[in-house]
Amino acid sequence: MTGTPPLVAAEVLAGQRRAVSRALTVVERGGPEAEALLQTLLPHTGHAHVVGITGAPGVGKSTLVDGLALAARAQGQTAGIIAVDPSSPFTGGAILGDRIRMQDATMDPGVFMRSLASRGQTGGLSRAAAASLTVLDASGFDWVLVETVGAGQSEIEIMALAESVMVVLAPGLGDDIQAIKAGILEIADLFVVNKADRPGADASVRELRAMLRLAADPPPWTPPIVTTVAAERRGLEQILAELARHRAFLEETGRRADRRTHQVETLVRQAVWDAVARRLAAAREDPGWARALTAVAAGTRDATGLADQVLRGAGGMADGIH
Amino acid sequence: MVLAAAERATPTSPCSPVGRAVWSGARYDDALGRARGMRDGGERVIRVLVAKPGLDGHDRGAKVIARALRDAGMEVVYTGLHQTPEQVAEAALQEDVQVVALSILSGAHPTLVPRIAGLLQQNGQGDVLLLLGGIVPEQDVASMLDAGVSRVFGPGTDTRDIVRYIQERVGDS
Ligand SMILES: Nc1nc2c(ncn2[C@@H]2O[C@H](COP(=O)(O)OP(=O)(O)O)[C@@H](O)[C@H]2O)c(=O)[nH]1
Ligand SMILES: [Mg+2]
Repeated sequence: MTGTPPLVAAEVLAGQRRAVSRALTVVERGGPEAEALLQTLLPHTGHAHVVGITGAPGVGKSTLVDGLALAARAQGQTAGIIAVDPSSPFTGGAILGDRIRMQDATMDPGVFMRSLASRGQTGGLSRAAAASLTVLDASGFDWVLVETVGAGQSEIEIMALAESVMVVLAPGLGDDIQAIKAGILEIADLFVVNKADRPGADASVRELRAMLRLAADPPPWTPPIVTTVAAERRGLEQILAELARHRAFLEETGRRADRRTHQVETLVRQAVWDAVARRLAAAREDPGWARALTAVAAGTRDATGLADQVLRGAGGMADGIH
Repeated sequence: MVLAAAERATPTSPCSPVGRAVWSGARYDDALGRARGMRDGGERVIRVLVAKPGLDGHDRGAKVIARALRDAGMEVVYTGLHQTPEQVAEAALQEDVQVVALSILSGAHPTLVPRIAGLLQQNGQGDVLLLLGGIVPEQDVASMLDAGVSRVFGPGTDTRDIVRYIQERVGDS
């Protein structure tokens, strides 16, 4: 082992880039090391405005995030970015290409961007995302922007970790309002109709307005609709202003604290899964494991009892079996 | 071009001590293990930055490599064309990759590669596995290896050789 010095939490908290980067790797991987680090970092979170950005592929999310980070920088603020892309369900590999559209912002010393592969599972992804945004929040970024694609269950879970959710649409991408309705529209705090330089943007805005008016009870927060041309960096200040307004609303109504509780719950839930996984792995290495399973199959022992024993982590799986 | 034997002797260290500490504890070999960001059998995911520094406008080769590495189960960060050495190093830093694979067709490798290697070093990433692909005349190979490149892959290299090389050098041991 050469070179690599130990990861120091104080350097993560100070926003030291190499430390932040390594911390992201550690927490994404999970395990006891990750839990210990997260525990140290958690009390230092809560400063960042965590924004989820979702929408169909190609609507311009990465371009928007790049522009938003730069707009934030122009206002003297910093931005951490997480961009999630799907892993191949067959090989587990992934091509993470969001950086292509983030070349301008990511060279700014006040911006840090990390690509995250979904690694194929729901709970794991929201755990990795929750942990990653905990790291960026604790590192002192004013904004934490999380980009995900589309409307899968795991994307919705990630969005639930954000304080403000931005749903991005673009005219002529087959992502009309009907198509994205399920799940995603309900979680939007802000709609962005990007590519307003293209025909059809006005129609998208009208459709959205009509849909929002359909809500039976006027909700406490009506999502504003912002039109942008991300490729020309138009409309980005307005997004930041609407996001700030949304955060003020969350704070005034006590909802901000609820979101934070939810984020912490995600971390705890995953810690539980981690602990269970460790106990199960240990049980399966126990010399009596095969005999214990045979006993369950033969009906001389019940599965729930064995499960309890696994969870207690006491070992001796075949004790009492003859 | 015969480049197969061009290799630097310096060992690389694929895992941080932190990673080792996590790993030695337990093996997670089921779905719950995968849910923690690992694969079956506790294999560690290899992260690679595929970068195209310089001015040439062809990234077909880089994309072929990126897909081959993805198909081999790696996570590939692709940054697009026309990267400056600073952009390459900054991406490697932010993405915490174990491998940086450069594709250079423009002939600018004598200036670009030492600069990138130096920046990686400066950022505390001197142990990253640095690979070079593209058009590199044979008389330049030795200086590329001196600059910090672990191996040079010429045109027509079988992508499986690149996959195998990376797996051998940074795969979970
Ligand atoms: N015409 C137009 N194209 C845009 C705009 N914003 C982004 N694009 C382009 O749309 C494509 C997809 O952008 P990207 O940010 O990668 O979308 P993502 O998949 O949602 O992250 C790229 O070619 C962008 O240059 C815009 O406002 N107008
Ligand atoms: Mg994107």
